[in-house]
Amino acid sequence: MSEQTPFFEIRNLHASTEDKPILKGVDLTIQPGETHALMGPNGSGKSTLSNVIMGHPAYEVTAGEILFRGQNILELEPDERARLGLFLAFQYPVAIPGITVAKFLKSAADARFGQGAVKPSDFIKRMRENLAFLEMSEQFLNRFLNDGFSGGEKKRMEILQMLTLKPSLAVMDETDSGLDIDALRIVSKGVNRLVGPEFGLLVITHYERILNYIKPDHLHVLIDGRIAMSGGPELVKEVEKNGYDWIRERFGKEVLV
Amino acid sequence: MNQTETTHKLETDSKLVREYQYGFVTDVDTDELPKGLNEDIIRAISQKKNEPVWMTEWRLKSFRRWQTMREPRWAKVTYPEIDYQDIRYYSAPKSASSGAAQADPELLKTFERLGIPLYERDRLAGVAVDAVFDSVSVATTHREMLAEKGIIFCSMSEAIQEHPELVRKYLGSVVPPSDNFFAALNSAVFSDGSFCYIPKGVRCPVELSTYFRINARDTGQFERTLIVAEEDAYVSYIEGCTAPMRDTNQLHAAVVELVALDRAQIKYSTVQNWYAGDEKGHGGIYNFVTKRGHCRGAHSKISWTQVEVGAAITWKYPSVILEGDHSVGEFYSVAFTNNRMQADTGTKMIHIGAHTKSTIISKGISAGESANSYRGLVQILPSAQHARNHTCCDSMLIGDKCSANTYPVIEAETSTAITEHEATTSKISEEQLFYVQSRGIDEESATSLIVNGFCKDVFKELPLEFSVEAIKLLELKLEHSVG
Repeated sequence: MSEQTPFFEIRNLHASTEDKPILKGVDLTIQPGETHALMGPNGSGKSTLSNVIMGHPAYEVTAGEILFRGQNILELEPDERARLGLFLAFQYPVAIPGITVAKFLKSAADARFGQGAVKPSDFIKRMRENLAFLEMSEQFLNRFLNDGFSGGEKKRMEILQMLTLKPSLAVMDETDSGLDIDALRIVSKGVNRLVGPEFGLLVITHYERILNYIKPDHLHVLIDGRIAMSGGPELVKEVEKNGYDWIRERFGKEVLV
Repeated sequence: MNQTETTHKLETDSKLVREYQYGFVTDVDTDELPKGLNEDIIRAISQKKNEPVWMTEWRLKSFRRWQTMREPRWAKVTYPEIDYQDIRYYSAPKSASSGAAQADPELLKTFERLGIPLYERDRLAGVAVDAVFDSVSVATTHREMLAEKGIIFCSMSEAIQEHPELVRKYLGSVVPPSDNFFAALNSAVFSDGSFCYIPKGVRCPVELSTYFRINARDTGQFERTLIVAEEDAYVSYIEGCTAPMRDTNQLHAAVVELVALDRAQIKYSTVQNWYAGDEKGHGGIYNFVTKRGHCRGAHSKISWTQVEVGAAITWKYPSVILEGDHSVGEFYSVAFTNNRMQADTGTKMIHIGAHTKSTIISKGISAGESANSYRGLVQILPSAQHARNHTCCDSMLIGDKCSANTYPVIEAETSTAITEHEATTSKISEEQLFYVQSRGIDEESATSLIVNGFCKDVFKELPLEFSVEAIKLLELKLEHSVG
């Protein structure tokens, strides 16, 4: 990767849903090997950002670009983005009744890596390893995807998919919300398995808790559709201690730390 | 035009053929009766088949009854008036005979292209096939092996000659000629179909299957199928059907009767893929079919599983009369409509015996500008103490120009009955599509995956190899319905 082409770059992103502007000029750059955290109060546009990155049809991008390895991905379908190596761990994963986890994972892996690129026997072996790593029972493979899953099971399923698809850039949309401490530890363990020099990660969260397990290199605070403040890991403690109001106050003066 | 040319032309019209790969025409010499319907035509059909007098009389009586009846128009389908005098009621390949060894090579080739090899050397393992081409059966496989077990599996024409006592006993005993307009018409003019008889205590070791092919132009297909399972017998039967692509409509009015005696089980599976007409609604088969099973014996069981993906119009309600105590009736249906297709399909479960039980699972998928209706009746008579029914009918809409309707009726005349009814209608969900696509699966495959999941409860009821076929077929049909 050349110096001039950032790995993942969001430039002046404006997006709205049902004609209501949500994102009002987001700029964010992630380099390989970096873990970024994005925090912000309710309604600041965190989930909108993750949906827009993946290409949810309900959101309209009114200005700006999202570049992945120099390519503007905004014109691409969600599946094309995924095949380039983007991944979104959903805040609310939906159920696909009638489709087993095994069938779904195989279809997704075939789409990502090419039909037949993974031998079925190797694939099953890998699934078993990943399941064991995430402390999940093998019976999950025969259950219908997210159908009747508990909140914690759904989130672990997201991480299982992430391990299967080996993305280069992953966005985690409030994966930690609703998880007890054990589940949080397991989910984080799964994510950390992917963290490395070739992998970029954006962790969107409400709470600092998950950042004790997944250590960010950078923290951004999103307020009212814009990144109000960016900083290093030390900013986490400050947000934890003082909340967002002080940033909101200073944001009026366009202060960046 | 000879067959090679015909085939070639249709294959180069690639888009259409991709959508309906069975749309070719076979060029064979045919033995036909003139168009039109009157007593002379009926006598001529009967004569061509060398039928005994009782059969001719049965047909004539049915015809007279039919003349007093009116075509049903209560279904939620619209189509122009059918001119019954403009239909040919009999068309048979001249070379037809009941054995693959003597059958016309053109016919054998046709069935081979349809994936139904009739030659003894490469016939399907585990499936005995009766192949019906227009008005007649052209070949039945595995006969000797079945005969050893006392199982009769042959064309209806043959059964009338060889087993008149069984035919007389059961024909029309479940669907009498007076049952409805199309049943009466079928009883008057039916030309062939399959006959299966499983004697007491015999479990049929292979799937029995009939493959129906309409080939001739302006000809109606009126087949008649009768399956009898005696005490403790078991049979699984599969029906498949295709027709060439033509721009005129053709009528298919079949009658299927199933009889299950004490503890007998009949599993009847259909994959219906008649030509459905083009995108504008030109051409296609009118599929007006009466299918009914009679659980006559105690603890008997009849299951209908249907995957309906073809035909311009479908009017079909495979039903079960649950007379024997503790008998079980099941109906599992996937009905897919696209373009201008119209389907009005469902079931009737008539509970007469005590502790009878029925299950209805219907999955309707509408795409394009099609209309897809579920119509069902669960009737629990006073004698059906402790009867139970569970109904679940779900509809899925793809796009915003199609429609889905549900007309369920439950009539319970005993307080000990338990009936449950669930119904949902949903548009294929944007959230589901986004989720699946976000994993790298394109929109078409994502739709197909979600629809497959939606139909899972029905597909799992099909015999395994048919289930695989049905899933592939539905995928193919969905290919052009997205976007």
